[in-house]
Amino acid sequence: MIDIQEKLKEIGPYVEAADDDVLVCRCEEVTKGEIRQAVHAGMFTMEEIRRYLRSGMGLCQGQTCGKLVKGIVARELKVSPLEIEPATSRAPMRPTEMRIMAQDGGGANE
Amino acid sequence: MSKMTADVIIIGGGVNGCATAYYLAKQGITDVIVLEANKSVGHGGSSRNGGGVRQSGRDMRELPYAMYAVNNMWPTLSEELGVDVEYYQRGNLRLGKTDAHIAKLEGMASKSRELGLNMNVVDAKTVKEICPYLSDEVIGASWCPTDGHANPMLTTLAYYKRALEMGVRFFTDAKVKKLEKVKGKLRKVILESGEVFEGETIIVAAGYESRYIARTVGVDVPLFKYFEEALVTEMQPHMFDIMLGTADADFYGHQAQHGSFVFGSDSGLEDGIDMDIDELKTSSLTVSAGCRAIMGYIPLLANAKIVRTWGGWIDMCHDGVPVISKVDEVPGMILACGFTGHGFGTAPAVGLMLSQMVMGKETVVDISALSYDRFKSVR
Repeated sequence: MIDIQEKLKEIGPYVEAADDDVLVCRCEEVTKGEIRQAVHAGMFTMEEIRRYLRSGMGLCQGQTCGKLVKGIVARELKVSPLEIEPATSRAPMRPTEMRIMAQDGGGANE
Repeated sequence: MSKMTADVIIIGGGVNGCATAYYLAKQGITDVIVLEANKSVGHGGSSRNGGGVRQSGRDMRELPYAMYAVNNMWPTLSEELGVDVEYYQRGNLRLGKTDAHIAKLEGMASKSRELGLNMNVVDAKTVKEICPYLSDEVIGASWCPTDGHANPMLTTLAYYKRALEMGVRFFTDAKVKKLEKVKGKLRKVILESGEVFEGETIIVAAGYESRYIARTVGVDVPLFKYFEEALVTEMQPHMFDIMLGTADADFYGHQAQHGSFVFGSDSGLEDGIDMDIDELKTSSLTVSAGCRAIMGYIPLLANAKIVRTWGGWIDMCHDGVPVISKVDEVPGMILACGFTGHGFGTAPAVGLMLSQMVMGKETVVDISALSYDRFKSVR
């Protein structure tokens, strides 16, 4: 069980950092500062962060930035990155056109 | 740890639970605890839906508060919560390709008009004027200009964030095992991990799992679960802001503010899904069926790449509308479940009404028809 209010008190307020404008998620153009601020707004999981900021939700689906985001969230929460669960990966493995995806031999009744 | 008693305990950190917490805090009741079973707020259906803010096609028991939310709450929600929830009110087209489709849409539209909603069937030319990207096979559509869509993930998290700022206490990874009465009144919420919370009023808004929780105090709501899937495309040039559906119900969805399209669809084999409620696996059959359906109506999207698919459980109620009510046999309990896949668009109104029920006020619209004891034998 995680007491969000207590955890927010424990990690203290967001403090601006010199590298806050570094782009972490290149697909969706999310900066380190945005990720750090989201943690202080109560977004503690990779799932919440990506829903709030779209980090890891672009063309590469977080294959590039996933580990970086995890590291930033862990540092902000003052825990080991091992304690941060990775976000769920979803099909397809690579972006695939609708016209290709449509050819699975289904649609028998159409 | 902070204290484990509160005036109000909300079980379920979804959009309805978070909205209720926010509206309670807004009216001065900040001694509120929200318990979310998952590690993430909004893990369930609140983040796994098409984002429709829809009035058309609603049951007459729901339409009044769906309209209340559209008329009084959605237009100012982003400003109120301090997060852009990406609300677009540009209308909903439900497309038809055959005479049978049009007849079905005529039926829906006339029923909605009887209930006071502006909804009409329009011809192919008007459809093209509203949305020029559709297939020439479309011969008409129903049109509700006051429908729209919003971003469900942001909406849920915006309510959560604002409620947190106002002092509401949230606990995640806090799965409820059972409820317990004290001297005939509901009082205790006991977690799987053993912790005990106590509240004056306890709201159960936990999706399908509400059924398991309510049952521990002898209340069984007739729900069943249904798995729904969606696909997301890569960012596309801006095409339209309307919500789309079909008379055939083979897909629905919209282009998000970001540029990606989000479309829900099905394979027709959903009734046979046997998967644990903690599982959220998508099927390769559904995405392919969805692509065929979408390309049949929006041919231009044939080369759009799909970057993601997802799925989630819907808490289907036996008669298609939710249970939002106090329970005579369990004083102190309020049920809010069985939203049947269309609970997102009404969440602001439902959150407001739940807060009013807690405070003993009259709800903004009458929802007595959504009582838990409405289910009678049919034979």
